[in-house]
Amino acid sequence: MRWQFGTVHELVRETPRVSSLVLDAADWSGHLAGQHVDVRLTADDGYQTERSYSIGSAPEAMRLEITVERLDDGEVSPYLVGEVRPGDKIEFRGPIGGYFVWKASDDRPLLLVAGGSGVVPLMAMIRHRAALRSMTPTRLLYSSRSEEDIIYRAELERLSALGDGLTVAHTLTRSRPPGWSGYTRRIDRAMLEEVAWPKVQNPIIFVCGPTPLVEGVARNLVDAGFDAASIKTERFGPTGG
Amino acid sequence: MTVQQSDLKLDGNAIAGLLREIFTMEMTTAEGTCAGCHKVHAVGQVEVYMNAPGVVVRCPACGNVQMRIVKGGGRYWLDLSGIRSLQFSAESG
Repeated sequence: MRWQFGTVHELVRETPRVSSLVLDAADWSGHLAGQHVDVRLTADDGYQTERSYSIGSAPEAMRLEITVERLDDGEVSPYLVGEVRPGDKIEFRGPIGGYFVWKASDDRPLLLVAGGSGVVPLMAMIRHRAALRSMTPTRLLYSSRSEEDIIYRAELERLSALGDGLTVAHTLTRSRPPGWSGYTRRIDRAMLEEVAWPKVQNPIIFVCGPTPLVEGVARNLVDAGFDAASIKTERFGPTGG
Repeated sequence: MTVQQSDLKLDGNAIAGLLREIFTMEMTTAEGTCAGCHKVHAVGQVEVYMNAPGVVVRCPACGNVQMRIVKGGGRYWLDLSGIRSLQFSAESG
């Protein structure tokens, strides 16, 4: 798998700290929902550093899109969120990964649990489902710090209003706007049992977010009786900066 | 900022690109048998610590160090002594 340059076609400001980069890639073989790309930056003195970023676009989308959260002490993300402009070239390779992927041909009910920018690969799954007009019953439980930190908020509202079997539940862990009707605490077992499918329906479950959230959710799901073999997890941490 | 150990723990998905360089195949769906406890996990499930000079891979069941990978100076150094076997599709990649 070789490194290649893509041209930034468009930048989408998702939240104050998160942007999506829509890329034109000359040599792109397509991807599966849940895969990522590695991005490599090279300094003038030759120093190179790489980071992994999840693909947010559906496999069916015209262009490849990655969504990046800016970490203030990061080496790569402050460049990608803040300095990059349309027309700039970004060096990357991919698609990468195969464990944390979902295909619309899987007809089990789908449970998606996200913390922060962990929603990105799950959004690729939701967009994949929408692009194929799949009616797979799908529930997203999405934890953000505050309302302004919710990534893809408008699109999630639009897709969940279609009545095609997608429902979205939000929880805000730090601050809530007046009149907020969603959850207001960290994801716990009671919340998972309210949002998740009954375990007899044998859902396929994807959990993505910071390591403590992912491990807590996975443990709670297993404790609640869900089959560990149908829970797929992906952790990210500060090395993602 | 205080970085807790748990913040630095990732999983096999985080080294998918590195493993792809070495094995030339998609490896997160490969199944590895732990040399310590003999349990089988997909590489995507294993614990990965990237704060060391290289990458340290541990078994999610028993904590045994399964792999150590260091890349630098134009070379790879790979210690797989903690993994008994790896099984993966010849079609993947």
